[in-house]
Amino acid sequence: MPREADVNLSSKAFVTSALAQGLRVDGRSPLELRELAISFGRELGNVTIRLGKTTVLAHTSISLAAPSPERPYEGTLAVHTELSPMASPFHDQIGRASDEEVLLTRMVDKAIRRSGAVDREALCIVAGEKVWALTLTLHFLTDDGNLLDAAVLASILSLKHFRRPDVTVVGSEVTVHTEDERVPVPLAIHYTPICITFAFFESIPQPILDPTHLETQLATSFLNLALTPQRELLVVSKTGGSPLEGDEVMCCVGWAVERVREVNERIEKALKEDLQKRVLEVR
Amino acid sequence: MSSPAVVLPGDALPLSLPSTSSAAAPIALGPGVLHVVDKRTAGTGARGETVVAVRAGVLGYLAGKGVKREQQQEGGVEMQGAGAEKEKEKEKGKARAGERWWIEGNGKRYLPALGESVIGIISARHAEGYRVDIASSSHASLDALAFEGATKRNKPNLKVGTLVYARVSLAHKDMETELECVNPNTGKGEGFGELKEGFLLEGLSLGLCRNLLRPTSPILDRLSALLDFPFELATGTNGRVWVKAAEARETIVLARCLARADAEGLAGLDKGWVEGLGV
Repeated sequence: MPREADVNLSSKAFVTSALAQGLRVDGRSPLELRELAISFGRELGNVTIRLGKTTVLAHTSISLAAPSPERPYEGTLAVHTELSPMASPFHDQIGRASDEEVLLTRMVDKAIRRSGAVDREALCIVAGEKVWALTLTLHFLTDDGNLLDAAVLASILSLKHFRRPDVTVVGSEVTVHTEDERVPVPLAIHYTPICITFAFFESIPQPILDPTHLETQLATSFLNLALTPQRELLVVSKTGGSPLEGDEVMCCVGWAVERVREVNERIEKALKEDLQKRVLEVR
Repeated sequence: MSSPAVVLPGDALPLSLPSTSSAAAPIALGPGVLHVVDKRTAGTGARGETVVAVRAGVLGYLAGKGVKREQQQEGGVEMQGAGAEKEKEKEKGKARAGERWWIEGNGKRYLPALGESVIGIISARHAEGYRVDIASSSHASLDALAFEGATKRNKPNLKVGTLVYARVSLAHKDMETELECVNPNTGKGEGFGELKEGFLLEGLSLGLCRNLLRPTSPILDRLSALLDFPFELATGTNGRVWVKAAEARETIVLARCLARADAEGLAGLDKGWVEGLGV
């Protein structure tokens, strides 16, 4: 089991002294995101997000199912994440969740599923009998730091890109139309959760945004914020690490609002451009 | 002028070996080229020898000293039938002294080889020496006395996480790689030893590192021309480069230039881009 070694002493001293001057090793300013690349696959709902070198692939699929007895009017959304050695050699075995993987899965779950971004009542077909069961699968392809932000982006883009089959209900008879009969229908999504991660370093007042793998190894604490472009705060997560002042957190929220607005513009543009290229009509 | 031949691992190379009986000078088989002797036919007169490529890349060839200058082609090779060469072999015997064959390829996985200079990170200390991470499949060992001026009473005291520039003194696929930070013949450090401060770039392609280690390196020349501040640079053949400049800002620019040279080659280091980095 390869345990990741600590960063070598020279780089550690260099990165921290550069950060004290407000310089980051890859030339970014402290509150700058890495280059964001969005690409869509052939199927609707297949999205690859690249944040610098960090790459996450999200894929949505749907099937018919019976609803849970406690919630007969709602469909279901399941989020599957699995961190394999494909992302980096230090996420060793699949199936054995390390601390990092658990945090990652929980945050994605909170931001995407538990926040209620996807309207589950709209997934109901026949109350108590048949509902749509959505499955969102995330594949972590490369880990160069900040898998969480990339994962949340990939997830919400995948859900927004996806189209489910149209359904006609007559009495209790359900007809699921294929793509050739009726145009597939988008999911009902209330808002777009976008996550921004801040990294803090000892004795350096200015936090940085979107840390790379090297910066992640040297940081002393992290703050994950999930917001919507409408300035609503969905999730605030600070797990362990050195303590933060209240006004530091508020500062970060302010910066995050800015970034989320910019990122949302990019993803809306990318979605629009892609859907224009596709033929979603029935002749 | 023939086009460079691209070979894959397992390809038999079309070169004729000097026969054991003739007084031909040995030809050198370099990295990526393996001489395979078929033991079943050895001793029966008909030697089943082949020369096989074990890496993917472009076949490199340097003609022997006896061959005229115009006929020498570096970096390319003519594919001739082995039969055609056989008759000329005897005359060419002497002319083939110094002939070399090798494979030029690129990759990111380092395989330790004897005599190469690598940058290691100390991962553990023992009584007798250190364990060093050299970005290969297993760690290497560095003896505590393999430094300039080291005696039993006066050993260098390196902490875990220190960077060292070392020479591979033993590299065998079945044994742990060994390093040394001193020239065993002269006892001098010759640049090996601890690398203090600076910043380490890891995960660079081996081709870039080989380029930087050439006596005249195009990338290093371009960097000196484009960057107007003094800097220090140490390259390991294991895909690691250590950089150091007077100011953090300058070191960062240098690191970004090297990352760009790795991604886009020499062409990526154009004046416009470098000036855009804001130094």
